[in-house]
Amino acid sequence: MPETDTDNLLNRVEPAPDPETAKESLLKSYPIKVARKRTKHMVVNNPAAAPVIQANARTIPGIITQRGCSYAGCKGVVLGPTRDIVNITHGPIGCGYYSWLTRRNQTRTESDQDHNYIPYCFSTDMQEQEIVFGGEKKLEAAIQEAYDLFHPKAIAVFATCPVGLIGDDIHQVSKRMREKLGINVFAFSCEGYRGVSQSAGHHIANNQLFKHVIGRGTTPVEGKFRINLLGEYNIGGDAFVLEDLFERCGITLVSTFSGNSTVDGFERAHMADLNCVMCHRSINYVADMIEKKYGIPWFKVNFIGANSSAKSLRRIAQYFENEELTARTEQVIAEETAKAAAVQGRIRPRCEGKTAMLFVGGSRAHHYQDLFKEIGMKTVAAGYEFAHRDDYEGRRVLPDIKVDADSRNIEELSVEPDAELYNPRKSADDIAAYKAREFHFNDYDGMMPEMEEGTLSIDDISHHETERLIEMYRPAVFCAGIKEKYAVQKMGVPCKQLHSYDYGGPYAGFQGAMNFYEDIDRMVNARAWAFIDPPWKKRTSPQLTAHYGDQ
Amino acid sequence: MSAAHDTGGAPAAATQNACKACMPLGACMAYRGVEGAVPFLHGPQGCATYMRRFLIGHFREPVDIACSSFSEETAIFGGAADIHTGLANVTRAYHPAMIGIATTCLAETIGDDMTMMLHQHAEKTEEGNAPLVVAAATPSYSGTHADGFHAAVCALVNALAESGACGEAADVVCFTNLVSPADLRYLKDILADFGLSYVLLPDYSETLDRPTAGEYEKIPKGGVPIDAIRGAGSARASITFGAAFRPGQHPGTALLDKCGVPARSMGLPVGIRASDLFLRHLEELSGRATPEKHTAERGRLIDTYVDAHKYLYGRRAVVYGEEDLVVGIASFLDEIGVVPVVCASGGRSGGMAQALSGTTAMQRGGIQVLEDSDFVDIGEAAEAAKADLLIGNSRGVGLARRLDIPLVRVGMPVHDRIGAQRIQHLGYRGTQSLCDRIVNALIARDQERSEPGYMTM
Repeated sequence: MPETDTDNLLNRVEPAPDPETAKESLLKSYPIKVARKRTKHMVVNNPAAAPVIQANARTIPGIITQRGCSYAGCKGVVLGPTRDIVNITHGPIGCGYYSWLTRRNQTRTESDQDHNYIPYCFSTDMQEQEIVFGGEKKLEAAIQEAYDLFHPKAIAVFATCPVGLIGDDIHQVSKRMREKLGINVFAFSCEGYRGVSQSAGHHIANNQLFKHVIGRGTTPVEGKFRINLLGEYNIGGDAFVLEDLFERCGITLVSTFSGNSTVDGFERAHMADLNCVMCHRSINYVADMIEKKYGIPWFKVNFIGANSSAKSLRRIAQYFENEELTARTEQVIAEETAKAAAVQGRIRPRCEGKTAMLFVGGSRAHHYQDLFKEIGMKTVAAGYEFAHRDDYEGRRVLPDIKVDADSRNIEELSVEPDAELYNPRKSADDIAAYKAREFHFNDYDGMMPEMEEGTLSIDDISHHETERLIEMYRPAVFCAGIKEKYAVQKMGVPCKQLHSYDYGGPYAGFQGAMNFYEDIDRMVNARAWAFIDPPWKKRTSPQLTAHYGDQ
Repeated sequence: MSAAHDTGGAPAAATQNACKACMPLGACMAYRGVEGAVPFLHGPQGCATYMRRFLIGHFREPVDIACSSFSEETAIFGGAADIHTGLANVTRAYHPAMIGIATTCLAETIGDDMTMMLHQHAEKTEEGNAPLVVAAATPSYSGTHADGFHAAVCALVNALAESGACGEAADVVCFTNLVSPADLRYLKDILADFGLSYVLLPDYSETLDRPTAGEYEKIPKGGVPIDAIRGAGSARASITFGAAFRPGQHPGTALLDKCGVPARSMGLPVGIRASDLFLRHLEELSGRATPEKHTAERGRLIDTYVDAHKYLYGRRAVVYGEEDLVVGIASFLDEIGVVPVVCASGGRSGGMAQALSGTTAMQRGGIQVLEDSDFVDIGEAAEAAKADLLIGNSRGVGLARRLDIPLVRVGMPVHDRIGAQRIQHLGYRGTQSLCDRIVNALIARDQERSEPGYMTM
């Protein structure tokens, strides 16, 4: 058996290949037609002259993708983390079963009396007879049953693929039951074939929340500095960390869309004075609609990474222009930054100079780059699974994005200022004054301008491209999801799941950052990798192999 | 009916916390057990993503499932174009020997004609370049993942098995049902020990439990070779494990009907009696006595039964999962004096209740059989039966916590522990492992609750 030196073979720092050559190599084995399509989804970054990237295009049949469907985005991602809505999947059993307890959404009820339906999975479990004769009756009975069992505040209905085809009118059934039961019952036409990815499902979910839930609340929200956090889903307990941070600063969190959330929070979202957007992709349009209807301004925040967290907290304090808030916020930042710096100091020497790749989500591939930077690791390639061009290149490209057939079948709501509730929190003059101080609202610069020159951005990366990329760059860690994890690890490269956090986390805020440093150290410096001979080692010359052995 | 489902005597409308997955999942798993095969879902991409995530999480292995990525237009106009493009792209990227198609509920709802589409695809494809294509109809609304598994196995038999001189290609075909890769490896050892040439259908013993060697192969090594499936048609006999088959989905019967191969059937060989029966089949087929090493293993298992009896006798277990696994485990539990007070499955083939009715466990009484059940039904039955432990997949974790009793993980999914692919259920050795795990779970629980915190055996 070959000898294995577990101390010295660990994740050597590799010289990066030439990015243009790398890109060519990724495309090489595709037939011309596919290569022509894919080349537009891969760019070599250049912050000085931002390139154009193609995104949110349909996956080609037979190409194995990371993406999910609009049902997954709607029921799984957006509505999944809300604890007191009973979610009923209308369809055959698979979709409900696969989306049951799989996204690690956590929640904390405030008392024993509070409802929490997250551990439940309701499905109408349609059988052949319902496919043939229609499933509306069964759906109606299921809604009644859920009501009788739990008397929930709200019930949501989610359509799966066959429902759209057989013509069940889930909205009509929901309306009927809403009137009958006197609680909010609403439905989502999130059939899996709609849209190009789960992103369509986020949009369908958010539109319905905007139409049926937001703005219904009448009980006033106490607190001087009231905000909503949009696009934070409480994976691994992220929202708990942020809730704690806000509380310490004296900021009142009215609602989170939708980590650790409640119907009540959603209904009163219009009472906040600021919307902070975490995941731009999944929810930016809601921020826009709320601003139009209720006059609440929004800006982008990022609570992934210690520096980003500090920056985001400061922005919130600056927005409210209050001395006491600013002082408290600065104190929290000072305390937390010191703690984070201590952990950074310990971990950084063990990770410095190593490289990372991130192919995940609609914002995570961007946000997590900050965390890697904090322990001295460079992101050499990154891309989203389901984001759009503006998430790559920034909102300045919004007017140039072509509306295709897939986007057209997602409803665009036309929003007007609410006759009673519209109340602009900042006047046009205020906004202009902020702008003059380089404080921007309604803005997001996207991922690409923040990536170093010569790095790669690749949208909707395929299985094949992943393998080639790893072989060429030999990163110290690859971030993706469970579908990629074991394929990547078979090549001797650790794969960090950024959907489930590998059952670690939380990773948000300062505490989260410290957890992340530790977890990444544990991964890239684990002894196990030394026992694997990746392809590139096998292909090196005999002398070089001997050299590795001697190291 | 459970209280939570109390709808005035009417059957519950909703399934709450299901105890079953959907048909195409099982079909993809079965196709994974064919050498050089790539599973392919005819339907929207979300299905492939969900099922990949499920299987990858269970086996902790890469599982590629291709699909035709239905769009809204496809849903309206049919999937012929997408299936053609999809198959062509998979062929180019994977160079598979076979593509195993499973249909989704969407494809079946719009009524895509698979035979015609495959015919058109073949016409458009250059000869010599085309992999074999096998398709099974597996709409989610027609059954569970176990039904889908059997549907795919039958599709393989019907498409490939060829009649020939008796015993020409193999002595015996073993239709193993949904078991773990470790179970399959052990079965192969047993069959080899009897000197029998065999076809295991399917055989994912290597493909879903792969060594890490630094090289990532798009299509994993291993699986039953296509030629071996062809040869199955000339085997001297088949042995099918299980009884919960929907009409037309018994693989042994399919092989008998197509090629005249005599079909033997038995439950999953869990426990001493069922394992004995399995070895008796092999003795008959091989003309050899059971090799000493297996007799010794049987003896050690009895020794374990003896060592463990004082911890086990009279304990009450809830068993749930795939119908045939439940029957096998219930029958084994009866051997060790554990009462399978609740035997439950989300499946409703009728086979579970029927098979259980023939077991000594049922004859002793006190057993509730729940077909077409969900975890609310199971939970209430478990509570009423004052169960001491749960035996089933990871989806029972919440229930175990609520009832504050241990969960011994078997079947699938086992998402919350390492090593699901190496959980053994079958034969003397598998039973040994199960027995050890069950008794230790009970001892551990007693130990946690004991004042001094230790116990001598």
